Amino acid sequence: MVDQPKVPPSGGSGETPARPAPAEGSTAAPSPKAGAAPGKPVAPKPALAPEPWSSPLLDELQKGFPGALSNATVFRNLPSITLAKEALLGVCEFLKSEEGGGYTLLTDETAVDYPKREKRFEIIYHLYSFARNDRLRLKVLVGEDEKVPSVVGLWPTANWLEREIYDMFGVQYEGHPDLKRILLPDGWTGHPLRKDYDILKQDVAWVQANLGIKSGQ
Amino acid sequence: MPDTTYLDANELVINMGPQHPATHGVLRVKLKLDGEKVLGSEAIIGYLHRGVEKIAENRSYAQFAPYVDRMDYVAAVTNGMGYVEAVEKLLGVEVPPRAQYTRMILAELQRIASHLLWLGTHALDLGAMTPVFYTFREREEILKIMENYCGARLTTHAFRIGGLQYDLYDGFEKEVLKFCDYVGPKMDEYETLLTTNRIWLRRTKGVGVLSGEDAIALGVTGPVLRGSGVRWDIRKVQPYEAYDKVDFIVPIGEHGDTYDRYLVRMQEMRQSVRIIRQGVDRLASGPIMGKVGKIIKPPAAEVYHSIEAPKGELGYFVVSDGSTHPYRVRVRPPSFVNLQALDPMIRGHLVADVVAVIGTLDIVLGEVDR
Repeated sequence: MVDQPKVPPSGGSGETPARPAPAEGSTAAPSPKAGAAPGKPVAPKPALAPEPWSSPLLDELQKGFPGALSNATVFRNLPSITLAKEALLGVCEFLKSEEGGGYTLLTDETAVDYPKREKRFEIIYHLYSFARNDRLRLKVLVGEDEKVPSVVGLWPTANWLEREIYDMFGVQYEGHPDLKRILLPDGWTGHPLRKDYDILKQDVAWVQANLGIKSGQ
Repeated sequence: MPDTTYLDANELVINMGPQHPATHGVLRVKLKLDGEKVLGSEAIIGYLHRGVEKIAENRSYAQFAPYVDRMDYVAAVTNGMGYVEAVEKLLGVEVPPRAQYTRMILAELQRIASHLLWLGTHALDLGAMTPVFYTFREREEILKIMENYCGARLTTHAFRIGGLQYDLYDGFEKEVLKFCDYVGPKMDEYETLLTTNRIWLRRTKGVGVLSGEDAIALGVTGPVLRGSGVRWDIRKVQPYEAYDKVDFIVPIGEHGDTYDRYLVRMQEMRQSVRIIRQGVDRLASGPIMGKVGKIIKPPAAEVYHSIEAPKGELGYFVVSDGSTHPYRVRVRPPSFVNLQALDPMIRGHLVADVVAVIGTLDIVLGEVDR
């Protein structure tokens, strides 16, 4: 379902059941589930963009933390909520508790860098609830000089995950017990997963001093 | 790690690794010891860091697929499966049933191969010399099947976004079923060597105990979590491919110690054989490739997709900006997260138990460091 003029499928043409042909040639905003061919019952077309999300849990969060939630969408059955940084710990604590759905497993914490935005980092939390068998994504937007509240107190697993984010993006955490580099050496300068860090870039001074070679490339 | 600046007269800080046969790669563990007793530890990682996530941003979706095989290089098939499924989810592509069953069969073969490697090396670490020769012999049969299928033994790049590149070769089903018949009795053989072996019991029972709550708090997944008594397997709770159409059980442990994790993995291999048999049985002819354009250009969106890799939950978080290259690919590696449980598991134990616990966590440093 590519968002561009149709190209011939690379194999098994015409044999795959239950999928309408991806025939849209426009790049306009898609109307999900509307383009199914009439007649035969076909599975709904997969959405091409996140849709607004509504659920009792979201209502409860909005009631408990007024003004803290800015954007709630769902894409491929995984809801995503953008939060204000100040509300992060409160929301996490609520979600972890039984009445909040019991999201006791922090599956993953990571970051995405958007250097052109005013707040360049998106910190992303993937939560899982054993009770509901459900995943949930939380997002917090932070600027370069801002500190993010650490969730290590709620989920000890965040310890290394936040160290990795600090290592790769240079995001500072507040309340982390031992925030230092994890994958790169301690003396390294720069944060490689930032978009302005070129793929060939390296800390040449460190390489020369510690590896005894001119360049790592 | 407790403070190492001031040590009592009988306290000692030593490095285990990065070059150490029992660390299964280049893992360095800084141990604070009181005699033989571990007071605290710190795992120092990153020696194998290659920047896989950075590479992803500079490759197209299809070009990045072979790289993921190099993370958990003893289970490349499942690594690749997680990635192609994540991109398929992003695209909204449905994979034809034949490709789904093929993927499932190969992934389960890979799970057996990965567990066999774990069993052999884990037993070797604990002083049982024999199993490693046996398990490598059986693993070789799986690698031969992989080689016959796609030409590579380890870094297979077996799957493509949308399905498979190659259909199964003639005689694949026969070969796989032959392997299933062959490996069952071999597993009984391993169990006669270890399961009631008194030395094995003394080395593994009560060692590295992890409670279910602690395991969840530490984010531990896979056989380690199940060994702690939590019946949670992504193949069951959020099935992908054809796992919802086959019958298997999820074995769990009781005490959360090294011995229980051993039993869980032994049972898992038998369940994998069951899945493979059912998969081969239901393998119907049909197309092997879904409808994917020649140029893979997903909509601007984000997906998280995770599978039950042999080591635990392997997740891919893919961010697309609507172009042909991923904006960001985050790999949620099971080994990295599970390794975090090392310190709480070895505190108070002996140095020899550190080796047992590293083995039972079943980490691959290529995946820890990426």
